[in-house]
Amino acid sequence: MDLHTFLIQLLNGVQYGLLLFLVASGLTLVFGIMGIINVAHGSFYMIGAYLAWSLTARLGSFWIAVPAAIVITAAVGVLLEWLVIRRLYGRDHLYQVLLTYGLILVFEEMRSLLWGDDVRGVPVPASLDASIPLSDTLSYPVYRLFISGVCLAVALLIVWVIQRTRLGMTIRAGAVDRQMVQSLGIDVHALYRVVFAGGITLAAFAGMVSAPVSAIAPGMGNPVLVLSFVIIVIGGMGSVKGAMLASLLIGLVDTFGKVMHLEIAGVRVLPELSSMTVYLLMAVVLLWRPEGIFGRRT
Amino acid sequence: MAERPALATRALTRHFGGLTAVREVSIECRVGEVHAIIGPNGAGKSTLINVLSGELRPSAGAVELDGDDVTGLPPHRMSRLGVGRSYQKTNVFLPFTAVENCRIAAQARLASSMRFLRPALANRAVNEAAERALAAAGLEARAETPVAALSHGEQRQVEIAMVLATSPRVLLLDEPLAGMGAEESARIVELLRRLAPDHAVLLVEHDMDAVFAVARRLTVMVNGAVLESGPPETIRASRAVREAYLGTEEPVRG
Amino acid sequence: MGMSRSALALALCVAALALVPLAAETFYVQFFAKIMIMAIFAMSLDLLLGYAGLVSFGHAAFYGAAGYALALTTPQYQAASFWTSLPLAVAASALLALAIGFFVVRTRGIYFIMVTLAFAQMLFFLFYDTKIAGGNDGIYIDVRPVADLAGWRPFSLDDYRHVYWLALAFLAAVYLLLRAVLRSPFGRVVSGIRVNEQRMISLGYPTFRYKLACFVISGAIAGIAGYLAAVQFGVVNPETMGWHLSAAVMMMVILGGMGTLLGPVLGAAAWMLLELGLQGLPEAGGVNLGKHWQMFMGLFIVVATLVLPHGLVGLARSLRRPAERNNG
Repeated sequence: MDLHTFLIQLLNGVQYGLLLFLVASGLTLVFGIMGIINVAHGSFYMIGAYLAWSLTARLGSFWIAVPAAIVITAAVGVLLEWLVIRRLYGRDHLYQVLLTYGLILVFEEMRSLLWGDDVRGVPVPASLDASIPLSDTLSYPVYRLFISGVCLAVALLIVWVIQRTRLGMTIRAGAVDRQMVQSLGIDVHALYRVVFAGGITLAAFAGMVSAPVSAIAPGMGNPVLVLSFVIIVIGGMGSVKGAMLASLLIGLVDTFGKVMHLEIAGVRVLPELSSMTVYLLMAVVLLWRPEGIFGRRT
Repeated sequence: MAERPALATRALTRHFGGLTAVREVSIECRVGEVHAIIGPNGAGKSTLINVLSGELRPSAGAVELDGDDVTGLPPHRMSRLGVGRSYQKTNVFLPFTAVENCRIAAQARLASSMRFLRPALANRAVNEAAERALAAAGLEARAETPVAALSHGEQRQVEIAMVLATSPRVLLLDEPLAGMGAEESARIVELLRRLAPDHAVLLVEHDMDAVFAVARRLTVMVNGAVLESGPPETIRASRAVREAYLGTEEPVRG
Repeated sequence: MGMSRSALALALCVAALALVPLAAETFYVQFFAKIMIMAIFAMSLDLLLGYAGLVSFGHAAFYGAAGYALALTTPQYQAASFWTSLPLAVAASALLALAIGFFVVRTRGIYFIMVTLAFAQMLFFLFYDTKIAGGNDGIYIDVRPVADLAGWRPFSLDDYRHVYWLALAFLAAVYLLLRAVLRSPFGRVVSGIRVNEQRMISLGYPTFRYKLACFVISGAIAGIAGYLAAVQFGVVNPETMGWHLSAAVMMMVILGGMGTLLGPVLGAAAWMLLELGLQGLPEAGGVNLGKHWQMFMGLFIVVATLVLPHGLVGLARSLRRPAERNNG
């Protein structure tokens, strides 16, 4: 592999990893703070992408569509928490998994009714529709750099909110001792509503921002959800640091695995079995540290 | 009295981050004696029991069983080597009946559990061991009652019966009398007296009457370290101990 | 005396079910056979879910693996032998469960749920994306296995009634097997692990071993169901390993009642009937409701999870209890 191809794959891997980080961090924050596992989290990635497509078509501009989609998603998150999610607090994880799985089915069908089953696409916004030349034959799309930049900015924003604001302090306290926070007079329910809406909006935002470079299709949330699980298992539940490390690791391993050629004992392993590399990574971590790299040892 | 201690620790230490919960504790427990560990709350007594049972690994020091080094072995290995442990906070199988609790304990030692087709109830040795353990703890009348339906004191009796059902040689009892009434406590004290000749009993307790009635040796722990260790009369007479623990406040009996 | 009364009731049910193919239409016989196959699948998951307390979200992997094992070991345009292909398929599921279980049984709680899903999805994508076994189109089993034994054919898997009776026989056998296992020393350990794993460890049980064994047994039984399903349909595809099936079988167990042996059977029947009913919904307001049956299924799942935590069996028990109080 020459240097330029390597650079392109490196940038792709980092971009993919950062995108996965947004989705995974939303999931891990919701679980870490509220104790709720939401398997419909991947559906919001899909909803974000479809909203971006639908609103761009309607409003004419991607830059107007995205903030609008964020507001809509956040509102849906608040509504969902109030209607259904808050009945899951303190319940067995099994019921949380089943109920949110039911939501996946509902969301898939609603998507089918609202937006149909065809594969959609969003054009790259004109202002970013350019490429940076890397060599006389290869260039790298500016928009992909933009995705990485935005994801990184959001990641820093998350860290800033959690570490440096009062909201973040309340969130961290609530993660450690829910009842204590309640007895201090803080409205835990409002807090949870914010956290849940924020978590799913992160997933949706990832879907929105990656819409111009991905295929917007039915069921696109499922692979993203499973990868989020792998990230959390590797990084450790509730750890944003772990999610970042694991996301980048997976983004790079998956990307390079798809373009490398590897034969073991005469069997073509890469790129044919590239989708298995991340699970192999997960298996190794399970043998070495079952609670995740930055997970809390129980 | 046996010559070699059944259970011994050598400079056993356990840190939790910056806190040293157990500090260079060296004690011995012999078959034939009840060795009681007493001390104020937070002295590190429960942590010591957790390290001895294998649930916590020591930060430094060693644990010896009949002279063999067993430091750092996991709890199920320690149990198989004959170390039985009861919990301060009742840790039983609430949905099961009292006798089922003892059966599952006895089965661990007496039967192979990788048997898939014969009914567990058909094993006579296990059934008898369970019934004996329950009777020793004084609970045979409530054998078929789900433990969740028993009183707190009765649940503590199940807690002890379970340990007995595994026929251990070394007994680590973490506040067995906690939450028991006078009559039940007396019964357990009598049980300990009967067990002492054939077992090495390490007893953590706050009930001073019980301790002085049954213990042949006392160790006082304060702030994770051994303050003083010796026969009951010595401990009773010791001024240092009195200041640190006995003299200030009589602990309220549960 | 209550024991033998319920045993009699069960025997009568089995006898009644055995008579169905003599009276009902082909469609219903095949549908009931499908229910019984799902019931076997659900019982296998209940062993993990209800008795061991292990929430496995990727159980379909072992169901699908058996079907694929049959498809891959059936020679083209020829029939495999029932007597070799069934043990082979079940062994494949069991080995897969051993391999996956070795990794996942190390984890607990929410991690266990996630890694079981992750490994199952890994297998799904393996079969979906690659050409190992026909990709996302699956493989056809051109000729069904034959049950020939030295020239004698006790039954024919091409006869839908024989398939029904075979499913019924396996359902009864698996029920009896699981009942024995749950009462065995192994079964008691598994229940103990569910109730209080820490205490089991402190009593001297190396719990990893028992959880893994339970995982393997459960996977093997799921393999029986997967084999029968492949025989019935004549085709296997990656969806038989997919998480929709994993979630469906979980719902069957919950719906029927976890931790009871009959609950999953009832749950499987209820689920399949519900699915059939929803798929047959007519058009309303210009929308083909039947096509979007999954939305109603999803809503049902949401409501059922909130309202029926102990499933149908729990509901029946709570309805019976006030009546008992009136009698006593």
